[in-house]
Amino acid sequence: MGSLRLVTILLLLGGPAFAQSSPTYGVGRPPTAEEIRALDISIGPTGEELPPGRGTAKQGAEVFEQQGCVGCHGEAGVGGPAPALKSKKGQDVPIWERERILPLRAPFATTVWDFIRRGMPLGREGTLSADEVYALTAYLLFLNQVIPEDEVLDKQSLPKVKMPIGDDYARLPEWKPRTPRLQGYPY
Amino acid sequence: MGSKRTSRRELLKGGSALAGGVTLGAVAPALGQTPASGEASAHDHPMVTGSKVDHPMIPGSKQLIAYGERSRFVTSVRIAHPVGGRPSPDAFGKVFHVASPLQDSVGVITPSSLHYVATTRGSFMPDIDPKEHTLMIHGLVDQPLTFTMEDLKRLPSVTRLHFIECAGNRHNARQKTVQETHGMTSCAEWTGVLLSTLLKECGLKSSATWFVAEGAEEVKGASSMPIAKAMDDCIIAYGMNGEALRPQQGFPVRLMAPGFEGIFHTKYLRRIKIVDRYYMNYNDFGHLDQEAKDAALGFQIGPKSVITHPSGGQQLPGRGFYEIRGLAWSGGGAIRTVEVSTDGGRKWNRAEIKGTAQRMAHTRFGYEWNWDGNETEILSRCTDEIGQVQPTREQIAEYWNVPLERNYRVPGLDNSVMPWRIAKDGSVTNGLA
Repeated sequence: MGSLRLVTILLLLGGPAFAQSSPTYGVGRPPTAEEIRALDISIGPTGEELPPGRGTAKQGAEVFEQQGCVGCHGEAGVGGPAPALKSKKGQDVPIWERERILPLRAPFATTVWDFIRRGMPLGREGTLSADEVYALTAYLLFLNQVIPEDEVLDKQSLPKVKMPIGDDYARLPEWKPRTPRLQGYPY
Repeated sequence: MGSKRTSRRELLKGGSALAGGVTLGAVAPALGQTPASGEASAHDHPMVTGSKVDHPMIPGSKQLIAYGERSRFVTSVRIAHPVGGRPSPDAFGKVFHVASPLQDSVGVITPSSLHYVATTRGSFMPDIDPKEHTLMIHGLVDQPLTFTMEDLKRLPSVTRLHFIECAGNRHNARQKTVQETHGMTSCAEWTGVLLSTLLKECGLKSSATWFVAEGAEEVKGASSMPIAKAMDDCIIAYGMNGEALRPQQGFPVRLMAPGFEGIFHTKYLRRIKIVDRYYMNYNDFGHLDQEAKDAALGFQIGPKSVITHPSGGQQLPGRGFYEIRGLAWSGGGAIRTVEVSTDGGRKWNRAEIKGTAQRMAHTRFGYEWNWDGNETEILSRCTDEIGQVQPTREQIAEYWNVPLERNYRVPGLDNSVMPWRIAKDGSVTNGLA
């Protein structure tokens, strides 16, 4: 591993002429920055991958109508055949006793943005513009009283949204091979 | 019966498939070979001249020569899971959850045609041209790399047996057959490149702690996994049971994360991003838990086994000898021992493991049993190589100090012992019912 990394570093130092394929086997090719940008739809909690754009809940309500979200999720996110998007329980109910609704229980607003862009609308996945995804995210967060109606979501503000779950969720333990799945659990 | 005649009959039996397929089907389709009686084709082949054929023949066809089929008398099929749940295909042609017929399984390999299928939320099977498909690895690496399928096939390969199991493979009192209770797991021989080989080529940065694997299907399912798993045993698999992956299993390439819940085995793999934190994408949100124990138990699968014969819905013809057979597997490694009880769990007997138990693979076991004709309950339990023991529902409830109610949901993927009840009339039913 150490020597492989050294080889990699040497190749990188050697300039682009040497960095055309993998160091040991010489297969594969480096993608261009543009190819990576086009394919990379993973939006992590820091939001660093978010594209430019902006949207508010009001705009999101319009997109929700225009894009046909209502047909599956119902008016204002309730009553359709697809999963409900608006909590029926009050904010005084602890988060884990409220419904399992993505824009309510997700630990990060980026999770909501990521899923709308990659997975919606059904049958036309990936066709929404960045502005539409910001607007829809704002609308769903507003429906669940996570943000006010006039809050503008963009690359800067979206990762800063305080989700109701806060810190109240389990982190995964460190995984090690040939180790029981839960320390001390015999089964 | 003279020995000469016997040997000719054996020759005939042994050679009939060959004769019917190759000679009659491929060379002489114009003769209209659909033999109605055993003698119909006798004069067409020297081997059967003057003899009487025991069985009608399967007419040869170009299709059968090109790609074989099973006997029409073997009718075992997959079914929608759960029974009465969302059908596959649904009204839109999407596939959701489909269970494998474990009750008819032999050995440890699930035929690709019968391998269980699950999709993130109901998916079309993407019809991917492998010449167009690439796998891109990027993020916290020294050198991002894009591999074509041809590139991947040039690299050093591994071939390993591994099971996959859906987190929803959860047995309850309402289910009748082992296909309904345990059919959301299968085992195949997978061939591909170790993910560690690719990551060493890219060069991991020291901040790399997690990776996100993403598929090319319409929902672009993506899951976060620890980099330690990637470096240990993940396979970028393009081969399954001696041929290319099937579309339902992720053609042209999928991730194998041996021993992890099924959803992590990302199909139609198009991208792996190396990151420095849990990315909490949609599939990860599905694993979100409040309690650390639930989070831990929802990742790696525990030790599990089930008797596949006799099992629910089957019928023992009468008292006497039966080899009890079943499957055992664990996300923790290879199965070390399997025990079978034929008296409702009072006495446990060591079962025979057939062949060599492989790590994170279905392991076939057998136990020789003489049924005395009395009502009883048969069960199996296994222990894996790191000492984890398959528990009963009672043991799990006791461990977590909760009352064992009929609908008690054990934490994590349900790996509890499955009882089958045998009635005096030989009928086999769900012991939880």
